[in-house]
Amino acid sequence: MITVEMLEKIRQEHRPMLEERLLKEDKVVIKDDEIVLKGDYYKKQYRIALKNCGIVDPGDIRDYIAMDGYRALAKILRGKQPEDVIEDMKASNLRGRGGAGFPTGRKWEQSFKQASDKKYFICNADEGDPGAFMDRSILENDPHAVLEGMTIGGYAVGSNQGFIYVRAEYPTAVKSLKKAIEQAKEYGLLGENILGTGFNFDIELRLGSGAFVCGEGTALMESIEGKRGMPRKKPPRTSHVGLWQKPTILNNVETLANVPVIMNKGVDWFRSIGTEKSPGTKVFALVGKVANSGLVEVPMGTTLREIIYDIGGGVQDGKVLKAVQTGGPSGGCIPASLIDTPVDFESLSKIGSIMGSGGMVVMDENTCMVDIARFFLEFTVDESCGKCTPCRIGNKRMLEILTKMTNGTAEEREIEELKELAEIIEDTSLCGLGQTSPNPVLSTIRYFYNEYEAHVVDKICPSGVCKSLLRYNITDNCIGCRRCVKECPAHCITGKVKEVHVIDQDKCIKCGSCYDVCPKNAIKIG
Amino acid sequence: MKFKFDKQKNEEKIERFKQIIQNHKDKKGALMPVLQGAQEIFGYLPAEILQLTSEELDVPLSEIYGVATFYSQFAFIPKGENVINVCLGTACYVKGGQEILEEFEKQLGIKAGYTTDDMKFSINSTRCVGDCSMAPVVIVNDDVYPKLKKEQIKEIILKYGGEVK
Repeated sequence: MITVEMLEKIRQEHRPMLEERLLKEDKVVIKDDEIVLKGDYYKKQYRIALKNCGIVDPGDIRDYIAMDGYRALAKILRGKQPEDVIEDMKASNLRGRGGAGFPTGRKWEQSFKQASDKKYFICNADEGDPGAFMDRSILENDPHAVLEGMTIGGYAVGSNQGFIYVRAEYPTAVKSLKKAIEQAKEYGLLGENILGTGFNFDIELRLGSGAFVCGEGTALMESIEGKRGMPRKKPPRTSHVGLWQKPTILNNVETLANVPVIMNKGVDWFRSIGTEKSPGTKVFALVGKVANSGLVEVPMGTTLREIIYDIGGGVQDGKVLKAVQTGGPSGGCIPASLIDTPVDFESLSKIGSIMGSGGMVVMDENTCMVDIARFFLEFTVDESCGKCTPCRIGNKRMLEILTKMTNGTAEEREIEELKELAEIIEDTSLCGLGQTSPNPVLSTIRYFYNEYEAHVVDKICPSGVCKSLLRYNITDNCIGCRRCVKECPAHCITGKVKEVHVIDQDKCIKCGSCYDVCPKNAIKIG
Repeated sequence: MKFKFDKQKNEEKIERFKQIIQNHKDKKGALMPVLQGAQEIFGYLPAEILQLTSEELDVPLSEIYGVATFYSQFAFIPKGENVINVCLGTACYVKGGQEILEEFEKQLGIKAGYTTDDMKFSINSTRCVGDCSMAPVVIVNDDVYPKLKKEQIKEIILKYGGEVK
């Protein structure tokens, strides 16, 4: 076991070694105390939660210590009362990075004030939003930041048992965490009598088994208890009555990775970054049809334009931006016209989307918005736990309508019906999953009404995605080679050799075989 | 598909599984880790094993069945020798993941969630695997195929000893 003094010694000894190694690998820039990754992609970012990713070796605790790791914990355990830690947390106004944006300090305070023989501290690493992978990156590349954040939190609220609930789809993260926990225990930074201060805190890993709803706090706790992961009704809040009926704190991975840094550098420093109501940074997973995809950490309040164009290099293949989807299946599609919106909790919810866990999917002109709404609904219907009626049945009905729209059998009145249904589900569902599941539908109706109209009135898909609405036509470029006639499984193409062929639209099954074989690209999809 | 759980052939695995039960028995919330252990050892959850779990943990079989059916990682039919996971997260979907899945289904003649009769391949459509910058992504066993194109699929199936159409 090591003491605070020994921790400092390891830091001083190991830091030059780390710097030397990094310089040799030629991937960083070292300026004063800061080590940052090299390259234009990183230049425009401000990394707090990701500050060690790509820099430290996650398998070597000394690397983390060299980057000021466990310093905050040592400082707190030595000289701060839990109340002071909570006050600092409240003053920093760090808001939950898992999506809802609830102030972390206030959450901690609620649990702290609750007298109980046992309290739990859980890290929510069930990163289920498709298109988001920042938590995975932190868990794999900087697991100690999460462990330190949790230990500080445990001390503040008066808990000595932590759990990390990791989703089963992240085997590398599990490995990395296991090793980190082992090393932290070996160094006396986790377990009994941490740093010789008498504080005990243990962390146990629990694995998910592929249920998206378990990212919801109460469902996650049910799952740890060994039950079906179905949400409970609230109140009571989990900070009062949570895991095994005890006061329980649940914080997201990225939130926890921020904690040690805030404690090290101070509240004022943290509040100087980002906006008044949303201080600090946020990590986004910039993916989809964007030139440079990857994780981007920027101060809150940065505009979508800056993220997509300045850092992401714009839309792939020079295509036109149509929409940006934020917040996964709970979020909405933001049209290109609102690209100057600053990204923070309030601004995004004002335009019908949410911050969510930070997924940011760029969509170009070839993405059909009705199909995207259907895609997300399919996801929600699949992942709905079935406990409450609006979510279980309402979403299913919405999916049916959207499916009819994408295959051309919907009627015009159904756009309004869809909207009404969405609003009811939003108002009456039990948990966050159901309450937010209509967002992709409502936001696309709001901003892309014309696409819905095209699908139900004109029966066409302007983006050429919805198969049933496609029309294959042969243009004058046809040389009459008969390749498509031979290939067509429906035998619906006719025409003489060296003359322009014709497709019988009534018989066409839209398989695309003719399109694939045409040597002259004479077949048009429209 | 038809299959039978052979207790004798699986004797060694059953012993390993019993050890897992012992390790978790006295912990709170033991059921999930025990089922995860069974899934890992046997590749699916045989009825006989769930019966055993029920007896050892003193949890009714009906409750175990309820839990096991809730989570998508638990399977009730055996997995094939090679498991093809096609990611259908948003980034992969936007970049054509659905078409990739359909091509695998077409080539192997089974739908997602099923295993081929010769037990060689299973296809799964998975939730986001977190490799979004590499979309569309397919994972076969532990091998990751990033930025996959439809044309490469036959090649992949052949590589794992399969037949293509």
